[in-house]
Amino acid sequence: MGKFIRLKKGFTINLQGKAAPKVVEIDQPETFVIKPTDFQGLYMPKPVVNVGDTVKAGSPLFHDKKHENVIYTSPVSGEIVEVKRGEKRKLLEIKILADKKVEHEAFKKFTVSEISNLSSADLKNQILKSGLWPTFIQRPFGIVADPAATPKAIHISAFDTHPLAPDYNILFKGQDQFFQVGVDILKKLTSGSVHVNTHSTSEISTVFSQVKGAEVNKFSGPHPAGCVGVQIHNLDPINKGDVVWTINPLGVIQIGKLFLNGIYDASRVVALTGSEVKNPQYYKTYTGASIKKFLENNLTNDHVRVISGNPLTGTAIGKDGHLGFFDQQISVLPEGDYAEFIGWITPGERKLSFHRAVGLFSFLSPGKERVVDTNTHGEPRSFVQTGIFEQVTPMDILPTYLLKSILAEDIDEMEALGIYEVIEEDLALCEFVDVSKHKVQEILREGLDLIQHS
Amino acid sequence: MNFIKHQIEKIKPHFEKGGKWEKHYYSFEALETFLFAPATTNDAKGSQIRDAIDLKRLMMTVIIAMLPCLIFGIWNVGHQHFLAIGQAGATLGEKFWVGALQVVPIVVISYGVGLGIEFVFATFRRHPVNEGFLVTGMLIPLVMPPDIPLWQVAVATAFAVIIGKEAFGGTGMNVLNVALTARAFLYFAYPTNISGSVWTYLGDGQAVAGYSGATPLSIAADAATTGENVVSSLNSFGAGWNDGVFTLSNLFMGLRPGSIGETSTLMCLIGAFILIATGTGSWKIIFSVFGGAYAMGLLLNLIGGNAFVEMPAHYHLVIGGLAFGAVFMATDPVTASQTETGKWIYGALIGVFTVLIRVFNPAYPEGIMLAILLMNVFAPLIDYFVVSANKKRRLQRATV
Repeated sequence: MGKFIRLKKGFTINLQGKAAPKVVEIDQPETFVIKPTDFQGLYMPKPVVNVGDTVKAGSPLFHDKKHENVIYTSPVSGEIVEVKRGEKRKLLEIKILADKKVEHEAFKKFTVSEISNLSSADLKNQILKSGLWPTFIQRPFGIVADPAATPKAIHISAFDTHPLAPDYNILFKGQDQFFQVGVDILKKLTSGSVHVNTHSTSEISTVFSQVKGAEVNKFSGPHPAGCVGVQIHNLDPINKGDVVWTINPLGVIQIGKLFLNGIYDASRVVALTGSEVKNPQYYKTYTGASIKKFLENNLTNDHVRVISGNPLTGTAIGKDGHLGFFDQQISVLPEGDYAEFIGWITPGERKLSFHRAVGLFSFLSPGKERVVDTNTHGEPRSFVQTGIFEQVTPMDILPTYLLKSILAEDIDEMEALGIYEVIEEDLALCEFVDVSKHKVQEILREGLDLIQHS
Repeated sequence: MNFIKHQIEKIKPHFEKGGKWEKHYYSFEALETFLFAPATTNDAKGSQIRDAIDLKRLMMTVIIAMLPCLIFGIWNVGHQHFLAIGQAGATLGEKFWVGALQVVPIVVISYGVGLGIEFVFATFRRHPVNEGFLVTGMLIPLVMPPDIPLWQVAVATAFAVIIGKEAFGGTGMNVLNVALTARAFLYFAYPTNISGSVWTYLGDGQAVAGYSGATPLSIAADAATTGENVVSSLNSFGAGWNDGVFTLSNLFMGLRPGSIGETSTLMCLIGAFILIATGTGSWKIIFSVFGGAYAMGLLLNLIGGNAFVEMPAHYHLVIGGLAFGAVFMATDPVTASQTETGKWIYGALIGVFTVLIRVFNPAYPEGIMLAILLMNVFAPLIDYFVVSANKKRRLQRATV
């Protein structure tokens, strides 16, 4: 039986421009891109295709030099048009010009009963070959999972509390069967149980509520209740030496399809959101899609920042960028590159703040949707105010001390303070509320990298 | 506005790398960001949006919380002045005028000297000018006697900012509360100017017959040796020139001589309300200082011994600077305990030590200053134990 966990700490950032609950199908974008930079822990990507090669959906594009069996495959069929490299020939992205109709690489098909007889090695093999392996994220460190490991549990967060987050009931509608098969497969990969963590207050899709063989847990509370790291901490925390895997529901469904239909189906529903979008709604497309077509004639103005992902943890990609591998959301916010006359004291009901300091009144109307731009609203400073990070971190962790230990590069201290239990998204709210404007997520990643590479 | 902005943009290149005033970049930046919140945007990776708060706004909130104390303090300096020279009929305006003439120069000197040093350090140490001094610069005048020589304010401020803060690396790194460092410096360097009959500004006027510069704390300390009842001594004090100056209600309202901003418990409570309502000051610290002092007072009442020990516990909360210290000094986030559990311990110990120092150490009639400085030093130790407990929980979890 699953648990019910009430979280109190946190802050839900309520922004304007949530996607209307309808899925639109438009002409598919022409280009798709897979960026090795989307994968933490991908040591050295080695491309196996050249410009001009043709690929099918599921054909290998590159693999990890350290773990050669972890391959990364094409989401669509078409022709490789660019292999982009950066400094020191670092592989940045591989661009595919898509065919009109997607052709799939054929993988082995199984029936439900056949799947139940497969060994974990067989399962892993097929997942690895299809390029779906990188959907498994290993905790600690938030890196692509090591296929040789057996995690003590696998966690799936079945809701998203980030600002402007898509509704999972829409994203995964009708995928019940694939999700169930996916969960059956996951169960064979772990020594413990598979956790499906749902939200207590919103209506739970049957995809998650009817699933068999998994622990269906319920969570209540503000963001970051939807972050899988926070959920793990409150269910069964990660200790030194533990390995836990996380995977998003899309990955589970894709694995289900891989075994039932024998294809790598990279199709996904993406929410186009943000205050600067005329018609925020859902679109059907594929992993790594060019977002140009979704934005065409759909922006209220030109001075915007386009983010793949949500405004707290996403990446700015520009108006003709491509969707990140894990992202199911595009956020378009006003760019905040303006100077405001004595902006450090001017009051404003429209200024969104977790705090209640003089002139900040947004706490009076928490239900109101707001427009927030990308301005830093202040300059970086030393740590001064205390006790704020703790109010947005529903974990028994002291974020300030953890961050200071990272800045001091003290690995023992980082371990003792619980760095294994968090990745960037779990502490992203600290970065938002910080009075002294620290780059919390960047600092945390430096700490995680330091531990892995020392 | 556009004109100012244009002018700033025009001179900006001179301050940037390679410009002729490159050295003064951080001074320029401080003034520029004071006029215009900067146009900087968040990085392409990480949080794309940020809370509307910044350190300047946080500091301004604290300053606003101090305004009731400042305004009341200005009036009270004038009020006490006229009472002491026997002109009880002075108008409100006259009282404010006399008070302002005394207080405003102290504020100006405190800010001038402190900010001057901040800018010099920012230039030489190549770091941005921090906003911390905006609050410190206001706290220093509020804990000064109204009659303090201005050069002493300047010396104390300079000492506090250089030795108390910049030597440790600037705002956010200091161990001791900067404003209290200034006060403590004066206390030990120029004891004659910060004790005795300095709490009322007399100016050129002649004190009326019967006038005395004694404070409630010194009366209570005397009572310990004479054995007189503290409350009745306080109630009968001031007869002839300022009847009932030390009654409980007067002490609460703050209609008594003392440091400029510390006399009124009521004004401090208004400040506390602002700090707590805006979430700027820790309510845990404020409550636990008052609670610790009251509990210690009660405990001493139970034990008994001398007249000071037997003074009703609630008097400890309204005499001296306890309320001001609890609300504005103990809550300084940099020097206080930084963990939430630690804040309770830190505050309670400040309250306890304040009362202990008052009652058992006749050499230092005011305990709150030393109690806070003492606990500033111990705050990291308290945090150390709270953080260790957190680590231990994690470790235990791993082994079971």
